[in-house]
Amino acid sequence: MGNVSSADAFVEFERVQKSYDGETLVVKDLNLSMPKGEFLTMLGPSGSGKTTCLMMLAGFETATHGEIRLDGREINNIPPHKRGIGMVFQNYALFPHMTVAENLAFPLEVRKISKTDREAKVKRALNMVQMDDFGARRPAQLSGGQQQRVALARALVFDPTLVLMDEPLGALDKQLREHMQYEIKHLHENLGITVVYVTHDQSEALTMSDRVAVFNDGVIQQLAPPDDLYERPHNSFVAQFIGENNKLPGTVKGRSGDIIHVEFNDGEHCQALAVQAVSEGEPTLISIRPERVSVGRDDLTNSTDARVLELIYLGDHIRCRMDVHGNDQFIVKLPNGAAKVPLSVGELTKVGWAAEDARALDPL
Amino acid sequence: MQADTTLLTTADGQPLKAALKSAASKAKRRAFYLVAPLLAFVLITFIFPIGQMLHQSVYNPDFTIHEDKGTKIQTPIMVNLQVWFRETEIGTVPDEAAFAALVSDLIQLRELRGQGEVGTRINYDVPGTRSLFTKSARRAAKLEAPFKEAVLDLDEDWADPELWQAMRTAASPYTMNFYLAALDMRRSETGEIVAVAENRQIRVKLFSRTLTLSIIITLTCFLLAFPIAHLLATLPLRYSNLLMILVLLPFWTSLLVRTTSWIVLLQSQGVLNDILVSLGIVGANGRVQLIYNEIGTVIAMTHILLPFMVLPLFSVMRTINPSYVRAARSLGATSWTAFRRIYLPQCVPGIGAGALLVFILAVGYYITPALVGGAKGTLISNEIAFHMTDSLNWSLAAALAALLLAGVLALYWLYDRLVGIDNLKLG
Repeated sequence: MGNVSSADAFVEFERVQKSYDGETLVVKDLNLSMPKGEFLTMLGPSGSGKTTCLMMLAGFETATHGEIRLDGREINNIPPHKRGIGMVFQNYALFPHMTVAENLAFPLEVRKISKTDREAKVKRALNMVQMDDFGARRPAQLSGGQQQRVALARALVFDPTLVLMDEPLGALDKQLREHMQYEIKHLHENLGITVVYVTHDQSEALTMSDRVAVFNDGVIQQLAPPDDLYERPHNSFVAQFIGENNKLPGTVKGRSGDIIHVEFNDGEHCQALAVQAVSEGEPTLISIRPERVSVGRDDLTNSTDARVLELIYLGDHIRCRMDVHGNDQFIVKLPNGAAKVPLSVGELTKVGWAAEDARALDPL
Repeated sequence: MQADTTLLTTADGQPLKAALKSAASKAKRRAFYLVAPLLAFVLITFIFPIGQMLHQSVYNPDFTIHEDKGTKIQTPIMVNLQVWFRETEIGTVPDEAAFAALVSDLIQLRELRGQGEVGTRINYDVPGTRSLFTKSARRAAKLEAPFKEAVLDLDEDWADPELWQAMRTAASPYTMNFYLAALDMRRSETGEIVAVAENRQIRVKLFSRTLTLSIIITLTCFLLAFPIAHLLATLPLRYSNLLMILVLLPFWTSLLVRTTSWIVLLQSQGVLNDILVSLGIVGANGRVQLIYNEIGTVIAMTHILLPFMVLPLFSVMRTINPSYVRAARSLGATSWTAFRRIYLPQCVPGIGAGALLVFILAVGYYITPALVGGAKGTLISNEIAFHMTDSLNWSLAAALAALLLAGVLALYWLYDRLVGIDNLKLG
């Protein structure tokens, strides 16, 4: 799945499997390679194996099978403290009995770096996260966001080439989380480090990453840049997990080039882009993003009747739930602009979409 | 900050500070009523007896007041001697007047039937004098002047200057002599503080043995409890619950049963020695003496006090997130460094609490050393118990107990200075 060749890979998973109990695989045949300097996010629901992958990379879990390579070197049997990987933990894991400065000095101390160098590096790292005045404080005296910055500084202070982050923003409130997302992104850009980031928050993944690996059931479902992931999901899981998605189940009836002809359960027809279901007679799930649906027009390839079931006013747009092809959870986003279409609950209207925006994926 | 000098008032013009005070005092009063029963309980059952004990350790009226056992009437005794002691200086050789006072006091004692108690009181300081008093009191009425010769004729031990010094100090009910005795010291005939004869020096030895054994017991408890507590804190719940039951199992058995079972195991014809002999580690004639000495006390008390170390350690370790050690490892620390620099310092509140608990319990432990300690393994508490129940020298027992209390408080203070008492986590 990785589109980076093995030669310039910095981090590489090759046929990695992991099982805790010998009966089920938590990670199934993972192949992944990422180049130096990339920001890669492992995104997935809990239990999808993303954290296990991170822990194997950090050295806290051993791979049951397969090889993990860092900068061309196999690291399966190297203990965590010799891997030289910086890590930011979900709960920050700042040592409570040490001050901020001591926390930051710890990785330098164990590396036997001289006191003067140590102080200079700690100072620089604190400056990097705008925490210059907090060196003498204890972690308990800091707010969540400040602790997060210190944890980040501590993972970076010994200049690791690879930094792992395990849902580092999970405990912060929404506003702070968004702010920290940009900060981490800028740090990544400025320092040129390679980052593997684990999260279950899709907006976080889309905001920060160069590429996102969507995990489910121990397998990478899709590995792609954020825009690709959103606009061209490979399968139903990705389409559903990333962003909002309208699903219309149907059967493939015919094909011409990339476009297939689909019959819905209510007998109506539609043109869609063949992604997963390609041959005639196959069941399929048509996925359409809410913002790609036009309302009140009947000049599109796929145009059908829709009944308005619910309108939710959200300021910049109006969320409209409709009954389309028997699916009463069909969502359409109506921009609250000058050209807004007036709709009322119970009204019968037309909706339509381009054939390319309707992606025929695997049925769930 | 804004410098607001105008007095803040409530809506109806009352000063804000006064209003706050009266509002808060109501809540404080209510809180006090809630704890009042406990306060009364602690006062009656703890503070008062301890005060009583401390008083007893410096106050002994056996030589000055006689209390009739039946009527509870108190009569001042030895008044004539007290007058003589007041008029003369320490070390004065008793003259005719002194012996005359003694005889008249002995006659009074005989009438009150109090010569036994007085004799016992002096016997604390000068051993072997109780019979002197009973014998002399019986014949005092028949003695005639000159009394000095008459009394010495009766028993020449009455010339002993040490005895007169003992009576002189006993003549005032308030005395520090019991503390001196508790530290193996006494007042010489001239009133100076000197050490008692070497073969009678046992209490300081007992104190130091109590201290050493308590330290050893605390250390072995810590060494044994640390891995157990760590296991308890890290195992999955269903295993750790089982292990916890095993740790607490000793509490379900009587202390006496547990201690005596150690006798069964450790005695020279016991299970452990039998195994050692059958394995050929020791010869049949070289059975190891594991009980009725310090080893027995240490083994049995470590076993009994172990849970008191495990529980505080466990409660602290349970709260230490494993990601701290992981973080340390990812930052480049070896597992030993991560343990030493990250895990252990976070255990300190539990170590402190457990060590303090075990040490204080060990210092005052009575039943186990009494049963398995033999002569070499008894502790100061056994000496206190001896003076409480056998020699009935309660003042000395109180002085010993007060010294023990002072020692424990000193340790508590030391702990507070070194680690900080707010850094203590008992559970």
